[in-house]
Amino acid sequence: MPRRGAGDASAHGPQRQELLLTGWGRTAPTRAVVARPASADGIDDVLGGSGARGVIPRGMGRSYGDAAQNAGGVVVSTQGLPGSVELDSAVGRARVSAGTSLGKLIDYILPRGWFPGVVPGTQFVSIGGAIASDVHGKNHHRDGSFCEHVREIDLALPRAGRAALTPDGDAADAFWATAGGMGLTGVALAAELQLRPVTTAYMCVDTTRTADLEQSMRVLADADATAQYTVAWVDLLSRGGAFGRGIVTAGEHAAPGDIDQAGTEPGIAVPPNRRLASVPVVPVRTGVLHPGAMRLFNELYFRRAPAEPVRGIEPIWGYFFPLDVVGNWNRLYGRAGMLQHQFVIPETAAARLIPMVERLVADGVPIYLAVLKRLRDASGPLGFPIRGWTLALDIPAGAPGLREALDRLDTAVADCGGRVYLAKDARLRAELVPVMYPRLDEWRAVRDRLDPARVMRSDLDRRLSLVAPQSLT
Amino acid sequence: MRDAVGRVQSVLLVGGSSEIGLAIVRGLPRTESAVVCLAGPDRPDMERAADALRHEGVARVEIVDFDACAPGGQAEVVATACADEPDVVIVATGYLGDQQLAERDPEAAARIVDINFRGLVPVLVGIAQRLRSQGHGTLVVMSTVAGERPRLANYTYGAAKAGLDAFTRGLAASLDGSGVRVVVVRPGFVRTRMTAHLKPAPFSTTPDKVAQAVATAIDRGSRIIWVPGILRWVMMVLRHLPESLFRRLPG
Repeated sequence: MPRRGAGDASAHGPQRQELLLTGWGRTAPTRAVVARPASADGIDDVLGGSGARGVIPRGMGRSYGDAAQNAGGVVVSTQGLPGSVELDSAVGRARVSAGTSLGKLIDYILPRGWFPGVVPGTQFVSIGGAIASDVHGKNHHRDGSFCEHVREIDLALPRAGRAALTPDGDAADAFWATAGGMGLTGVALAAELQLRPVTTAYMCVDTTRTADLEQSMRVLADADATAQYTVAWVDLLSRGGAFGRGIVTAGEHAAPGDIDQAGTEPGIAVPPNRRLASVPVVPVRTGVLHPGAMRLFNELYFRRAPAEPVRGIEPIWGYFFPLDVVGNWNRLYGRAGMLQHQFVIPETAAARLIPMVERLVADGVPIYLAVLKRLRDASGPLGFPIRGWTLALDIPAGAPGLREALDRLDTAVADCGGRVYLAKDARLRAELVPVMYPRLDEWRAVRDRLDPARVMRSDLDRRLSLVAPQSLT
Repeated sequence: MRDAVGRVQSVLLVGGSSEIGLAIVRGLPRTESAVVCLAGPDRPDMERAADALRHEGVARVEIVDFDACAPGGQAEVVATACADEPDVVIVATGYLGDQQLAERDPEAAARIVDINFRGLVPVLVGIAQRLRSQGHGTLVVMSTVAGERPRLANYTYGAAKAGLDAFTRGLAASLDGSGVRVVVVRPGFVRTRMTAHLKPAPFSTTPDKVAQAVATAIDRGSRIIWVPGILRWVMMVLRHLPESLFRRLPG
């Protein structure tokens, strides 16, 4: 079986270093000792020798909030581990080391005719991170989340050796507590993934422009019935009748014949995975993005899409990872940073979505980017998806009145049985977690069995009292 | 943990009955289960303040006895006061004293320095260590513009606060990269019980305005603030006036 290195360049960093860490949103920095073991045994050593403030794993640092931070404790990076992908081409299964990014994985498997079962909106996510957040993508309504395509997880347990977790069988509860478990059950070392066969590195994409939020929802729901991958970009800076206008894209993996028709090269020739620019540090607190400029950007972006529905061919990279072409785009938000707020409400409450968003905008929250998607139910006790509607909102963290406005939204979301995505959270109220995640206690019980000494801790956990219920005594 | 929108879970106020300190505590956005710890010498006043905070919805208020003049024992006080992993620690202990008495009575002068500076040094060192080991937190220290240039009316107080201010800035530098932030607050004349018997100086302010300025400073990551902000420029001028001229200024 072929083997291949991934992420070797970072394997030479220092093994232990005190660092100030934030998530991708660049809010709430805290200091931790970052350990970067060069082997799986090294991870066991870190877990075995942790101090009172525990350990949390960290991959590419793409969680928006504080999920991969551990103030005063140890953060164990998976980026020093040797990267490896072992592909069994006969059945489309790959054993991938946890620190390997999805981009590196795709680099290896795509020319061989395979693609991950699920990818999120960026390729810069490690396999370990994709498991810990149980990430979802444009095909969630069809194919579920990342861990539904994971056949086995090798987990390093704190002070208890290793475990091979599978989605069914005796250890199924440990597997599903680890899927979406925010890294709090142990450190994933490797995983076996079931891949999807593809015949090209291109996507067939139907693009439909929508006039308002109501139409965006309707067109997206219709697209779900026929397409494997769907998503809607919606413009929540536009006002009046155009509020929530958007672009719904529905994609399928292209067949060689599709590409010929479009005049592109046939076969599994993979187009370049480009990065056009990288944003330098912006020394302005509120960054360079402003509502007026973003409104203009949205106008241009909206106008770029043809008024009538069209079908086109797009390279796989740009279709799945449009923002990856701009390195460090999070710096555009300046020192104050940004929040990505993602919530889901059940299908039965779909009618409440528009009033919720209208209220948020009426409260003055500037929503620079909004992505609408339909989900199906999650499998794990801490899984985010619910069959219904999810909206992901990019918001500058320094926006006035944000705290109160998002609190109001949380309450409305919890009231209708919805929830906020922990992998992106940086500000949810701890009190709402058991309401939004009614299986929290079930997760805690399995987690405590895997890690009775409660070695696995993170800032997210402390802020939201995930591992242990908050006490008022 | 302090979250991405500045909400705190745990606050420690040293100088637990200080009007300015309590106003700052009230001005911080907090979670529903937030804990406030008050540390100070006057238990009855702190009990009253604790009742008021509970009434305003603070989930839990702790009281710790702390006397800046007590010899030793500060390490235990710090350990108890920091038990709830404070996100923000406010050091607002302040004692104006009687300047005229301090000129006749060495003990009275020493007491002003003890409460405002000497007694706080071990506490600041202890708190800094705690915050450093927890890897996050903000330390807010109440200084004063009176420390920037000594005036006849309150120079002992001013000198003690100048010591505190200098010590805190050094401490802040030592905490660079530790995840701990330090805010030095230099208000002008604040209308409180401590100054009720005095005639307000120009640019006087209120505890609530100080609290607002502190909340903003924590959000923005400011290191030194003046309240009101214009005092930064006023003091910049006053610091450079010749002594002969400065002494002739009223007040």
